[in-house]
Amino acid sequence: MLLLTRRTTFSASHYYWNADWSQEQNEAVFGRCANRNGHGHNYTLEVTVTGAVDPVSGFVVDLKWLKDVIEHEVLDLYDHRHLNLEVPEFAKAIPTTENIAIAVWNRLVKPVTAAGGAKLSRVRVYETDDIFADYFGEA
Amino acid sequence: MKAYFTRAYTISASHRLHTDALSPEENRATFGKCNNPHGHGHNYRIEVTVGGPVDAATGMVINMATLDAVVGKNIVARFDHRNLNLDPIFSQRVSTTENLSIAIYDLLRTALEPAILEKVRIEETENNFFEYSGG
Repeated sequence: MLLLTRRTTFSASHYYWNADWSQEQNEAVFGRCANRNGHGHNYTLEVTVTGAVDPVSGFVVDLKWLKDVIEHEVLDLYDHRHLNLEVPEFAKAIPTTENIAIAVWNRLVKPVTAAGGAKLSRVRVYETDDIFADYFGEA
Repeated sequence: MKAYFTRAYTISASHRLHTDALSPEENRATFGKCNNPHGHGHNYRIEVTVGGPVDAATGMVINMATLDAVVGKNIVARFDHRNLNLDPIFSQRVSTTENLSIAIYDLLRTALEPAILEKVRIEETENNFFEYSGG
């Protein structure tokens, strides 16, 4: 099995807030992240695909194609945006690093699969150098 | 929806690779510079990975504040700015980063329950790193 990873970055703002909870409860669970004025990160996104190496091209996938898919499906909607206010999947789901990894997977799995040849293997989202979440799809 | 959350922590500690099971010459041959009698140190970067379903209310696998508290109390307070060889864990085991990975995994696995510890990965330097997932 061969794994191929494309790394990219985006910058976005967010806050953590559960609308079913009181302000005190949100602040107790989410701490500074519950500040409704929001804050932001430079996120690093790693998209890993797996598949056979094409005998003609030597590629698992064309990395330029993968870059374009990530740009169209994710970065055009996430980069320099407020995740809670401008990205539909976070109207209800809290834009934690875990949920961003799942949302990116859900956005990419169809176009990557539809192209044939490669499968989405892992989505890793770094919120900072020291914090990241991994999602491998439904187990 | 099982996801994995990883947080990295840094500790600075000294150690010396040495075992009484070998002669002084054999220790030097086996461990090289790391057998220096006065020890040496590293900035260890410890990645702790927790796995599990994403909680619907919080969007989290584990609250980072909880993870920070458990790692701070059980790992950072115990090993940061210490001589690893003087910790009881290393009284009978060489303080390699392999053994440190296993020790930290074992300490955190029970301390983090009911959260599921998936992996401990330690970078001893930029170029040397070690992983332990139990078993």
